[in-house]
Amino acid sequence: MKKVVITGVGVVSAIGNNAADFWASLIAGRSGIGPIEKLDASTLRFQNAAEVKNFDPTLHFDDKSLLWLDPFSLYGIVAAREAIKDSGIVFDDDLRDRSGVITGSCLGGKMTEDELYHKLYAEGKQRHQPIAIPRAMSNAVASHVSMEFGLTGATFTTSTACSSANHAIGQAFWLIRQGTIDLAVTGGSEAPICFGNLKAWEAMRVVAPDTCRPFSKDRSGMILGEGGAMFVMESLDSAKARGAKIYAEIAGFGMSADAHHLTMPLVNGAAKAMRLALEDGGLAPEQVGYINAHGTATPANDPMESAAIRKVFGGHADNIAVSSTKSMHGHTLGAAGAIEAAATMLAFDQNTLPPNANFNEADPECDLDVIANRARPAEIEAAVSNSFAFGGLNAVLAFRRYQR
Amino acid sequence: MSEESVAERVVGVFAKFKKMPPEDVKMDTTFEELGLDSLDGLNLIFELEEEFDIMVPDDRVQSMKSVAEVVEGVEYLLAHPEEQPNNAARPTA
Repeated sequence: MKKVVITGVGVVSAIGNNAADFWASLIAGRSGIGPIEKLDASTLRFQNAAEVKNFDPTLHFDDKSLLWLDPFSLYGIVAAREAIKDSGIVFDDDLRDRSGVITGSCLGGKMTEDELYHKLYAEGKQRHQPIAIPRAMSNAVASHVSMEFGLTGATFTTSTACSSANHAIGQAFWLIRQGTIDLAVTGGSEAPICFGNLKAWEAMRVVAPDTCRPFSKDRSGMILGEGGAMFVMESLDSAKARGAKIYAEIAGFGMSADAHHLTMPLVNGAAKAMRLALEDGGLAPEQVGYINAHGTATPANDPMESAAIRKVFGGHADNIAVSSTKSMHGHTLGAAGAIEAAATMLAFDQNTLPPNANFNEADPECDLDVIANRARPAEIEAAVSNSFAFGGLNAVLAFRRYQR
Repeated sequence: MSEESVAERVVGVFAKFKKMPPEDVKMDTTFEELGLDSLDGLNLIFELEEEFDIMVPDDRVQSMKSVAEVVEGVEYLLAHPEEQPNNAARPTA
């Protein structure tokens, strides 16, 4: 089987609208969480989110294109362009034929739908722009990127709530490893900051009133975030042949279902996905030095995830540094796995582990080596990035340092 | 208008939610005894919000784990509308 590597990274997030700015914020422990500015949130039980800032779509798209694009597509396409540019790849007809786009999104074009429904139900308007359906479809990013770059290989979108991007990246990895395609543009994007969706999250009672404090004893829930991250993924052979910069090897992918409950996660399901990702990548637990945790900062997730890590890694869990970067870029739902894979990949590249911001007090129920508030220099051999979705669907990526 | 007490209306909501006779809903009955998990509990609180036209703050939900605690919580919120999140944000007349 082929080895598969990441050769390009693109990010749009609350803490930076390109990979370099994103990384600078991460290692500075700078959180992008603040008062919601996209709409009036004063009647909600929570007023904070991790919104993308200073993002001007007109710098990236002409008026005609903008008509067709929901914000989740803007984020996804801009991140894909950055990743492709960063990779230095030049597509010829053969490579286009053997390249696909595989994206994750939980909500698709929710902002487009929210606006349409508001006009329909609240304002009573009966006429609507004809582009709502293609704007709102969850596969819009995959379709737009394939059209923009002429990529005609396997192209599709996975939607598994908060695991969407990890499922997408995992499929891209397997398709390249087994030789179905040679290159993939893969990742995820999400734009959940619209009033109807925020009301739905309010009713779930899992959003923190102030900020996101993963694994901290005083955690009080998650904070929604928006953005996207995309990667260029290709076989090691093709990356070497063209002399590409390699961020890291994507070594393994594991997925599982809890088969238990819609919203209560299960230790065994999360542990199974982590174990399968290690096995798939031929990694021993002792090789893993960093885990980018799902770490939502809800009462339910963090102790469950801690127990699952203990179950898989045993005593070696004491030697694994753990952080949830959601404390800075928020929980970006279907984009979470992608943004967190970007953080993990850059950790290899920069030999620095991103911190877990807003960490105030250790919780005995979260018995992990949490990278509290300050980035940690470390040259890790392998890393794991977890995503666990509502509905009990788990997807875990394992990465290995690329040794030249 | 109904002459039912808050407690009777709360019992009615529980009975309807669990499809059980109201007389089987006792004041010391807990969510756990009724087989309600956390998501069921949230749905029940939502039914109570609809019945009484109130908004229950997140922190108060944590202290509603039995029929008696729900009655106490609802009576408190009816007496203190300013502590309901959306009311607090609304300008008062």
